[in-house]
Amino acid sequence: MKSFLGFIRKEFLHIFRDYRTMLLLFGMPIAEILIFGYVVTNEIKDIPVAILDQSKDAVTREITSKILSSGYFKLEQNLEGAEEIEAILKTGHVKEVIVFEADFSNKLEKEGRAAVQLLADASDPNIANLIVHYTEGILNDYIRKQYLDTEMVGLVNPQVRMVYNQSLKGVFMFVPGTMALILMLISAMMTSISIAREKELGTMEVLMVTPVRPTQIVIGKVIPYITLSFTNAIMIILLGFFVFGLPVRGSIILLLAESLLYISLALSLGILISTMANSQQVAMFISLFALMLPTMLLSGFIFPIENMPVILQWLTHIMPPKYFIIVIKNIMIKGDGFMYVWKETLVMAGMTGFFLLLAIRKFKTRLE
Amino acid sequence: MRTIFYIIQKEFIQIRRNRVMLPMIFVVPMVQLLVLIYAATLEMKRIDMYVVDKDLSNPSKTLTNKFSGSPFFVIHGTSFSIKEAEEALRRDRADVILHIPHGLAASLQNGEPSDIQLLVNAINGMKAGLINAYVINIINDFNREIRQERPGLVSLNTGMELDIRYQYWFNSELNFKFFMLPGILVILVTIMGMFLPGLSLVREKELGTIEQINVSPIRKIQFIIGKLIPFWIIALFELAFGLTIGKILFDIPIRGNLLLLFGFASVYLLVVMGIGLFFSTLAQTQQQIMFLFFFFVIVFILMSGVFTPTESMPDWAQFVNHINPLAYFMRVIRMIILKGSGLLDVGREIISLGLYAMVALGLATWWYRKTT
Repeated sequence: MKSFLGFIRKEFLHIFRDYRTMLLLFGMPIAEILIFGYVVTNEIKDIPVAILDQSKDAVTREITSKILSSGYFKLEQNLEGAEEIEAILKTGHVKEVIVFEADFSNKLEKEGRAAVQLLADASDPNIANLIVHYTEGILNDYIRKQYLDTEMVGLVNPQVRMVYNQSLKGVFMFVPGTMALILMLISAMMTSISIAREKELGTMEVLMVTPVRPTQIVIGKVIPYITLSFTNAIMIILLGFFVFGLPVRGSIILLLAESLLYISLALSLGILISTMANSQQVAMFISLFALMLPTMLLSGFIFPIENMPVILQWLTHIMPPKYFIIVIKNIMIKGDGFMYVWKETLVMAGMTGFFLLLAIRKFKTRLE
Repeated sequence: MRTIFYIIQKEFIQIRRNRVMLPMIFVVPMVQLLVLIYAATLEMKRIDMYVVDKDLSNPSKTLTNKFSGSPFFVIHGTSFSIKEAEEALRRDRADVILHIPHGLAASLQNGEPSDIQLLVNAINGMKAGLINAYVINIINDFNREIRQERPGLVSLNTGMELDIRYQYWFNSELNFKFFMLPGILVILVTIMGMFLPGLSLVREKELGTIEQINVSPIRKIQFIIGKLIPFWIIALFELAFGLTIGKILFDIPIRGNLLLLFGFASVYLLVVMGIGLFFSTLAQTQQQIMFLFFFFVIVFILMSGVFTPTESMPDWAQFVNHINPLAYFMRVIRMIILKGSGLLDVGREIISLGLYAMVALGLATWWYRKTT
């Protein structure tokens, strides 16, 4: 037992002495959460637009100021003629050109109909789609308020309620995703590299001839990373709560327990990889392409799974982070209890067992 | 000159013999392009709708049919209990609930306004925003029909209408793949240009072979040029390879001048190589440099506007993007490929990157000499 404790101490020292990597390990979640929170938002804000107002009357001016004061758009340039449109969409940052036809307010008054053209730069199709719909909404809203009676007589009036996330914030997506990514990175990638390193440098043999037993070696290797990952998980939850106001509506104990389960799952994957890799480079390579890319792409972190082609949707079923993301979303955001996540929990537990078994079998043959 | 040539030859031989390097150069781009482009889609294919129709009248059925007839909505379930509907929302079986209360037909008949409720699962804010936009469109459409059918019901001024037309330029079918492919090519070229030379240099350090080169008559500048040129060629080759795949598989339109694109990519590569070289002087082991790359490249990629427009980012992020080489290339590659922008349109970016390349490479070379 004493030698085992000494071994764990050695592992901790190994990790904490490489202060540069430590710095990155703790800097990474903070940087990522902040970037996702403030930078990579899908919120439409201050999108540069250009306006070609061929009428320049009171109505178009009022509509223009409505559009610009919405917060979604900012005016980049006023155009003078239709021939400028192509050039500005091609060169500038302008994402949308709004064209009011000549004699706008007159036509609206007399004919009851006036034309607006929205030309969007669809090289980014989603944004184009969104800003066109937003502009359309503002335009229709203006007309309705200005010219129709305030009451929608005899018409259907939709009341939309955004459940779980009233202000459509992005935190609800990226905090769970970042947690899955960081925990996978630390637990699986670091463990596999650290074991592969001992092999590559030959120090593994030294460990083998000590009285510490193989299982103890593996457990000793894993414990520091469990500690690190768990600290990181708590840090991410705290950051989400204090910086972005992301609530934990469900049981925090259940949340932490599920995190531990996911960490063990990632660790068992890391051990499995290290049994297959003989050098750090190979371990890194496998971790990167078998773990990191799928975690980012096939887990529903950034891209919704239901939009993917069917084959890729099948593939997501074997991606551990997918289940973890579902579980934390349910617990944190919907406030669900265990009854709602037992299936996912079971899948994760099963995967952990499977990977561990596989790793133990492989590990033994290598030792003999 | 001959010395440089020999170093380049040595590098190519080493790359060919390395069992990790080769798959990284040929397999990674394939996987990235194929999986990423299919997976990385924010296009909405179907929205699952749950209908609670307590009215069961003609208008309520017309409204429901309007939804099921639209290409975006699929009626996933119906019930009379809002509780059941909410449960479906909670279990992710529905994205949106349409709740039509009792009395819709009657109030329409009497010309009274009537409310219907829509509950959207908004955990994914972006998706919820789109669902909202689609829903409002369909209901506006429905209202317009009612107005036309029963003009007497509606007050006098309702004839007022805006005729809104839109055009999507450069990508009229809103094909998301056209948007993602150039973005992924940028990531690919960056990884090739930054990771590979950096890793190969640190490897020489870790194995000690760099000492042998240090004592040879090769000058530092020759060594660095010889180290960089092979990866420069490989990265440009990757770009060509990726564009070909994009053309064949996804039929991406290439509207601009390819020569301009490759010219820009060459300058861009000098910048990332300079950065990679600089990092390699900071790290002692391959593990360290991997983490260093990993950290900065993820940050750079996310901030470059690959998924979200840089214009919506806060001011400080836009400021940081001045030193983010990916942000320049991300913008320019999309401009050249999708919009057909010419030399004049991207002139400022070329000059900025050219200066950047000189600074980055100069700094790296200078630093390199001091530490070895």
